[in-house]
Amino acid sequence: MSINWYKYASPASFYFLAGKMIPYFSIAAIALLIVGLYIGFFVAPTDFQQGEAYRIIFIHVPAAWMSMFLYVVMAFWAGVGLAFNTRLSSMMATAIAPTGAMFTFIALWTGAWWGKPMWGTWWVWDARLTSELILFFLYIGFMSLQAAIDDPRRADKAGAIIALVGVVNIPIIYFSVQWWNTLHQGASVSIAQSPKMATAMLAGMLVMALAAWMYSIAMILMRARTIILERERHTAWVAELKGMTR
Amino acid sequence: MKPRHKKIAIIAASVTALTFAAILVLNVFQSNLVFFFSPSQVVAKEAPIGKNFRIGGIVEEGSLKRQGSSTTVNFAVTDTAETIKVVYTGILPDLFKEGKGVVAQGKIAEDGIFYADEVLAKHDENYMPPEAASALEQAAKAQKASLVQ
Repeated sequence: MSINWYKYASPASFYFLAGKMIPYFSIAAIALLIVGLYIGFFVAPTDFQQGEAYRIIFIHVPAAWMSMFLYVVMAFWAGVGLAFNTRLSSMMATAIAPTGAMFTFIALWTGAWWGKPMWGTWWVWDARLTSELILFFLYIGFMSLQAAIDDPRRADKAGAIIALVGVVNIPIIYFSVQWWNTLHQGASVSIAQSPKMATAMLAGMLVMALAAWMYSIAMILMRARTIILERERHTAWVAELKGMTR
Repeated sequence: MKPRHKKIAIIAASVTALTFAAILVLNVFQSNLVFFFSPSQVVAKEAPIGKNFRIGGIVEEGSLKRQGSSTTVNFAVTDTAETIKVVYTGILPDLFKEGKGVVAQGKIAEDGIFYADEVLAKHDENYMPPEAASALEQAAKAQKASLVQ
């Protein structure tokens, strides 16, 4: 059996497919969140230097990972939309931006809350913190530019350019702690090295990261559905849908 | 070339060019992106002497001294190669400890002492329960002892 993938590039079929997938991702997100928080608060041991305060890591790190990853995905879909003129790709990019911005904000906010008791300051202008703040502005810039242009096809194109230019910032955020002296410490978890965390701590962080993934997918699909309905409101299939619900 | 392929090529080329430009710009600003200077850099006069700057390293073991009942403390920041004496009046962060990372902001005076007006703790990327940390410490001590013998 071969699946016709192109079928799902049409907003109409994607609308129904997304509708079917949302409940699964939502349930997975809630389940993983409960397990992750339980491990984070009750299973993971106290840290030898930071005591209980380190537990903010279970929110901070997954949020920071998501903020960078979602930006890459957003730029990818925006780029595909720009190159192939596929409507759904651009809609996906638009749907990703608010969730990405939210995770960036959470990473910055929890970082400040963590920085005050541990480092002794809410904020410093070191390379890691500054580049993550720039990421937040890139998301905000992408969203405001799209909101400022009335024609959605032109908004997609303009947004795609911001999104693609901003990709440069992602490796800067990631490697900032290696390239420069920063107050922010290096990575505890990376592909090249064995993790520098106790197993239960790492498990909690990874489960929370998975929960953030599931939440993001569910949320982005929901937002994509709304965008599809809004942009396709003049088409026959949306009119039919309206007739069905009445 | 189909117009679609041309578009992809243009996008790819632009992103590559931008990345390249960003790398060049970051290289030029390398020195400004440095959040703190190590004691070795200070001794080598790479740090902006006479201006405010940050110094970072490890608080030297046994160097922390309080001046009577005031909040003024003396300590030394080391990168194992060079050591700079620091004087600071104020509240130290909880994680400030001998043998741990520190970043201090201030000015170096003519007497070679760094007068700090802000002291931040810089912790490392290791997270473990206290039992594991003390086991590691014991192992390090045992290894040291066996090396001495």
